[in-house]
Amino acid sequence: MTDATAVDMSTDTRKSGRILYVASVVFLCAWVIVPIYFLLINTLSSPETVNSFPKSFIPEFDFGSLQFFAGFAGMLTALKNSVIVALLTMVMSILIGAPAGYALSRFDFPGKGLFRLLILLTRAFPLPLLALPLAVMFIQTGLDDTAFGLALVHTTLAIPFAVLITFSLFSGIPIELEEAAWTLGCTRLTAFTKVVLPLILPGITASAIFAFVISWNEVFAAAVLTIENRTLTAFLLQNLDTSPLHLKFAGGFILVVPALIFIFAVRKYLFAMWGIANR
Amino acid sequence: MNARILPYVLILPVTLFLCVFFLYPFVLVSQQAFGSSEGGWSLDNFREVVSYWKFPISLKNTLLLAAVVVPVQLALALLMATMVSKMEKGRDMVLYIWTIPLGISDLAAGIIWLAIFEQSGFLNSMLSGIGVIDRPMNLLTYQNPWIVFLAIALAEIWRATAIMLVILVAGIGLIPKEYYEAADVFGASKWKQFTRITFPMLRPSLQTALVLRVILAFEIFAVVAALGGTLFPVLMGETYAYQFDLLNSGAAAAMALIILGISIGFTLIILRILRVPKGASI
Repeated sequence: MTDATAVDMSTDTRKSGRILYVASVVFLCAWVIVPIYFLLINTLSSPETVNSFPKSFIPEFDFGSLQFFAGFAGMLTALKNSVIVALLTMVMSILIGAPAGYALSRFDFPGKGLFRLLILLTRAFPLPLLALPLAVMFIQTGLDDTAFGLALVHTTLAIPFAVLITFSLFSGIPIELEEAAWTLGCTRLTAFTKVVLPLILPGITASAIFAFVISWNEVFAAAVLTIENRTLTAFLLQNLDTSPLHLKFAGGFILVVPALIFIFAVRKYLFAMWGIANR
Repeated sequence: MNARILPYVLILPVTLFLCVFFLYPFVLVSQQAFGSSEGGWSLDNFREVVSYWKFPISLKNTLLLAAVVVPVQLALALLMATMVSKMEKGRDMVLYIWTIPLGISDLAAGIIWLAIFEQSGFLNSMLSGIGVIDRPMNLLTYQNPWIVFLAIALAEIWRATAIMLVILVAGIGLIPKEYYEAADVFGASKWKQFTRITFPMLRPSLQTALVLRVILAFEIFAVVAALGGTLFPVLMGETYAYQFDLLNSGAAAAMALIILGISIGFTLIILRILRVPKGASI
């Protein structure tokens, strides 16, 4: 074999390797998108089309299913409840979690290791299960079947993430910036609000959004803790056996939409927060 | 404020919150599970749930599902993470698309795959389009347990690979590029670089990813409810049924503790297998 044919062969294998690579990337993208597209078709079809066969692979842009969804008794209230619970979770997990993230990144204190262990432990537990005993506790305190009660449980789910994400965000801001502010006459608090906070705000927003999505998507605790004031996930779950297909698909689609927007909004932080949380 | 006290003031809210809503309910659920109708401690609840005819099936289903889904997800996430690490153009776009399922709830994922597998769904439409079948088949029934299993497994793989991908991509980003350059100098093949550099260096991330995924795999609930309903009993679904259909919160608590026990057991096994030697982390 001459050198020339050997070179030819290696460019050939490289080329076919390249094609294989691009093809697998495209395939994996399609694997994620196509099922969502199918759901979109069903959502944008009239109820009759959803229940007919065979399916067309192009949406007919009929809002019958969505109208049926909006008109279904209790659905809009459930949607409203979902938003309220998610917003409460978002606010509480940041307000409670962010100070701890700041403490972890700025101070060395006795008990720090134990505290980190507690945070990591919560992440290693099937937390929704804790909704079962809380149901009893909430009945005693009058928190049962309220948005606030459920938000408390969802905050437990979101808090480990809020602490770890804000910890990694604060660690990314050099303490020298704060020290400079102190020498220029700032107190600890004003240095924080004037120097650190503006820098950290986009990251805080991202982790707040993450908390929102955790709450928005949670099914088990929501189903256990709400009866009259069902959230959207709990409502859909409760009616899975009885509700018609077009209602399920429209409801599923409404559940998916915020996810698409939120993941897009936080994509820059998605990786940074896990890089540090690993260690 | 005093710098000695300040950190404790800052972590106080989280600590209090977790004590009330994490540690305390944990004590309560144990009390409920080990309690009995006459008061005092007993294993009655555990005996009751374990001897129920559905328990072995739901345990088997949950474990089988985890055993099939998690390895596939691990392989897929590793493949995607290495693919994306070499990518120059369109990396952000591809990563965004691949991480979309991260924001999608298990219930929504179940509904999405229901659109494919239901009787008038897209799988049947495609099969009849290419002439394999002439009328729609009802796929998700008790006559086709394997199709029900396949649909649930596919939905889980579709939904939850993204969380592993994110953790692994972040982990790969932490591996110094010099190692690969050195390997190139010594003529190591790409496969060898993967098995000798990427895989061992990625152990902490693999640990995190696997622990998180395995725990979530034992909590599988809404995907099954949307696709299989009662055809495919799983542990979490049975817990829900005890609480609501049978109104037996003692048994539900016992089930919760069993799931917890299995989760902790597997967490310890993973930590043991993938343990990071001291001083060898990045």
